[in-house]
Amino acid sequence: MSSVRLPEEMVLAYASGQLNEAMSLVVASHLVYAPESRRDVARYEALGGALLEELEPSEMHGDVLERTLALIDDEEDAEIVEPELEVRDGLALPASLRRYVGPDIEALAWRKVMKGVQDVELGVSPGCRTRLMRIEPGVTVPRHSHRGAEVTLVLRGAYEDETGHYGPGAVQMADENVDHQPSAVGEETCLCLVVRDAPIRLSGRIGKLLNPFIRY
Amino acid sequence: MPFDRSMSDTAKNEAELDARTMGILIERVAADRDRDAFVLLFRHFAPRLKSYLMRLGAGAEPAEELAQEAMIMVWRKAHTFDAAQASASTWIFRIARNKRIDALRRESRPELDASDPMLVPEQPEEADKVVEATQEEGRLRRALKVLPPEQAEIVRLAYFEDQAHSSIADSTGLPLGTVKSRLRLALARLRTVLQEEDL
Repeated sequence: MSSVRLPEEMVLAYASGQLNEAMSLVVASHLVYAPESRRDVARYEALGGALLEELEPSEMHGDVLERTLALIDDEEDAEIVEPELEVRDGLALPASLRRYVGPDIEALAWRKVMKGVQDVELGVSPGCRTRLMRIEPGVTVPRHSHRGAEVTLVLRGAYEDETGHYGPGAVQMADENVDHQPSAVGEETCLCLVVRDAPIRLSGRIGKLLNPFIRY
Repeated sequence: MPFDRSMSDTAKNEAELDARTMGILIERVAADRDRDAFVLLFRHFAPRLKSYLMRLGAGAEPAEELAQEAMIMVWRKAHTFDAAQASASTWIFRIARNKRIDALRRESRPELDASDPMLVPEQPEEADKVVEATQEEGRLRRALKVLPPEQAEIVRLAYFEDQAHSSIADSTGLPLGTVKSRLRLALARLRTVLQEEDL
């Protein structure tokens, strides 16, 4: 489904802190593009705050407050300054993603998947494949379906499949019920962040033959 | 109606007063390094943060330490608190949530950078719809109180148990489908209640 809104369950999991790092990276990056999703996240974080207020308070040791006051007394009141993220590739990426990519996206170990398609594994969460993917305009990725859940966030350019058009900021959720054949459209190379939690399975006549030889 | 209008207005105002007070305390910490304000915040939030962290699987000692560290972050980052964006409890919930991810899950927490030059801004019409944060907290707390108990419990589990829905299913003995649909119903009801109050 074509969307600029994240599914509610994903927003909840992100806001509550249950979502793993790789999926959280997709959400945090998407939020840059999507004010409506930001409001959704804010609403679920507000629910977290309300739930916190409803919790029964726990007993604390008698001296915790004194010890805490002593610690803040010791602190220099220096402003904590986040170091600027260096950018050397001239590419605008969401800051949350830039932290994982580094200053130069070209310096990553890109590998050829097929003609006109490259990817690179970012290694964010164990058990999840977190990749950047580049698809040249006009190129079609083979029909494939997915065991497990896959989320794609378009960062630049766009692609289309049977379900619609996906441009910058759009997220596409896919699972074993989705069998799609995305094609990059427009003039720019389509750059996507793709997170998956199970190996991809190629469908279609040719795909089924290739399957044992493809390691995604 | 089980209680008259004036009582519910009073209760409504008290909940909002608390939220507003907490926000003012944080602002005093930010502006004046007000230790008395911090003490009040600590006394209110630290014991609840400890409960939060214990529900997420921390032992009593680590939970208390993490609650203390979260309150130290409150002191350090008070200048970043914006009452228009979030209520005090929401802001502090976020700090504790991120501390927990960092300390107990040993992961990073990817976050939106509010100063990201790529940030696509709100449409002006949408910005008008932003509900005042302390009002929203009051509404959410009232909405939680009127949820059917089994739905309220599932919502709490979604925030306070360190587990995917499938393990909530395991620990409650409920089928996974039931967990998911109960959660969806609860969230839909919360949204409905919030929208009703908009009228």
